Amino acid sequence: MSVKQISVFLENRPGCLNEMTQALADAKIDLRGLSLAETSDFGIVRLIVDDVLGTATVLKDSGFVASLTDVLAVEVPNVPGGLNKVLCILNKTGVNIEYMYAILGNKRSETAYMIFRVNDNEKSSAALEGEGIRILNQAALSEI
Amino acid sequence: MGKYFQQEIECMPHEKIRELQNEKLLKQVRHVWNDVPYYRAKMQEKGLTPDDIKSLNDLHKLPFLTKDDLRKAYPYGLMGKPLKDCVRIQSTSGTTGQRVVAFYTLHDIHIWEEMCARAIVAAGGSNESVVQVSYGYGLFTGGPGLNGGSHLLGSLTIPTSSGNTDRQIMFIKDLSATILCCTPSYAAFIGERMKEMGLTPDDIPLKAGIFGAEAWSEEMRRDIEATMGIKAYDIYGLTELCGPGVSFECEDQHGMHINEDYFIAEIIDPKTGEVLPEGSLGELVFTTLDKEAFPLLRYRTRDITSLSHEPCPCGRTHVRMSRLKGRTDDMLIIRGVNVFPSQIETVLINQGYPANYQIIVDRVNNTDTLDVRVEMTPEMFTDNLGEVNKRQAELVDGLKSMLGLKAKVTLVAPKTIVRSEGKAVRVIDNRKI
Repeated sequence: MSVKQISVFLENRPGCLNEMTQALADAKIDLRGLSLAETSDFGIVRLIVDDVLGTATVLKDSGFVASLTDVLAVEVPNVPGGLNKVLCILNKTGVNIEYMYAILGNKRSETAYMIFRVNDNEKSSAALEGEGIRILNQAALSEI
Repeated sequence: MGKYFQQEIECMPHEKIRELQNEKLLKQVRHVWNDVPYYRAKMQEKGLTPDDIKSLNDLHKLPFLTKDDLRKAYPYGLMGKPLKDCVRIQSTSGTTGQRVVAFYTLHDIHIWEEMCARAIVAAGGSNESVVQVSYGYGLFTGGPGLNGGSHLLGSLTIPTSSGNTDRQIMFIKDLSATILCCTPSYAAFIGERMKEMGLTPDDIPLKAGIFGAEAWSEEMRRDIEATMGIKAYDIYGLTELCGPGVSFECEDQHGMHINEDYFIAEIIDPKTGEVLPEGSLGELVFTTLDKEAFPLLRYRTRDITSLSHEPCPCGRTHVRMSRLKGRTDDMLIIRGVNVFPSQIETVLINQGYPANYQIIVDRVNNTDTLDVRVEMTPEMFTDNLGEVNKRQAELVDGLKSMLGLKAKVTLVAPKTIVRSEGKAVRVIDNRKI
């Protein structure tokens, strides 16, 4: 079970990120999560949204290069050690985490949400769900 | 219609061509001596009269003409006919220095159009073809030359000129154009737009493209051919000599046949001026044989190529010049290394990048810097920073092994490098020397 993340290529120059957010704002796209990775030359913005297809179309029409990746949206207990518990499970399964970031929008205070980009989605999901950790699909993600 | 526009001339045995050239050369030298005082003075400086030029073997005695001469003689100094006998001028863009203005009599226009008609037939054209001319019309020779050649052949000619790419594609589709004529960079742009519109080679009626007026790589040719489902032919020319059609490719796509009934081509060592044996790489020099208004003897083109008289499978006997590595005007000297934009293009296309690139040269702390800006494409992009970095590093390595020097590669957003509708501006040299 996974959700779609949209990655966008950005040049490393002033105003570039704003051009993208402007295009998304004009199209009334609601951002649920975002992370930015950069080198001295360029950056990659990773987005979590409800309307994946609509967002991808807006980005393409606005001249951005974007790609879709399957990532895991994991519900993390909002208590000290909550994230650690998740990572321990993943560690035991031997999957590699390429990157992860927290996302917005939890209305329920007892949980937090993290996006995981791992090298094996199925194995990770099975291990986490086996330990009672909830993984969100696209529909569930829209509900939080 | 057959394989040739003028079979007798185009397939004439080599010895016969030599005889024809001999005869025409003596006439042309006399015409220049009598009617072009500027060149007569050059001959007199060397103690030459037309009587010293008895055959092709004496050609090397004649002094060279250079772009510098054209500049000095601007605008009327090299004319071989009074203005009242001229019917047309064409002119260069003047991007590499002084603008060149060339004059034509009706005869000069006619032989130029004849050469363009030969090029169209060599690309598979006939009077049944629909030829879309997307070269610029006006002072630039591209549009008028191919337009005239297409008329002479009896093809239906669509004179779209350059620009308004969506309309270009509409005409290609609606009027079933079979041959497209434009610069290679504009062809690549039209192809890119066709792809965006979801057109596949099956939707595109074109069969051939005649692309010239700038240096382009073999990789770019294959790319355009695959996108449009066509065979792409190179064509060469200079405004000084007439325009496109001086030489053109045949179905063999292996060098361009020079119209030897109208020009004598030589290859010289650009440093010493010495004539080099067949097959050597050097500067191309042309002598016109049948020009009235703008006859040029031993004109140095600054283009680097080689010549071959190897028999061509197409049956044409005229000498072939190899694909241009580039004009010496285009060549950059970076940290003492000669760099042609076409070499950079080869590396980019081989690694899956588009032919939209820009080369920025600068000098920082007395060292030349080379920055190659290339557009990111959906095919080359992933969410993984390390992977994108790796591809960028591969490009740097590829350029290093091709050029022998380290270049910086900057990945930029799509459509940020200006598309060209005519000759592409690939190089921005910010060095203040």
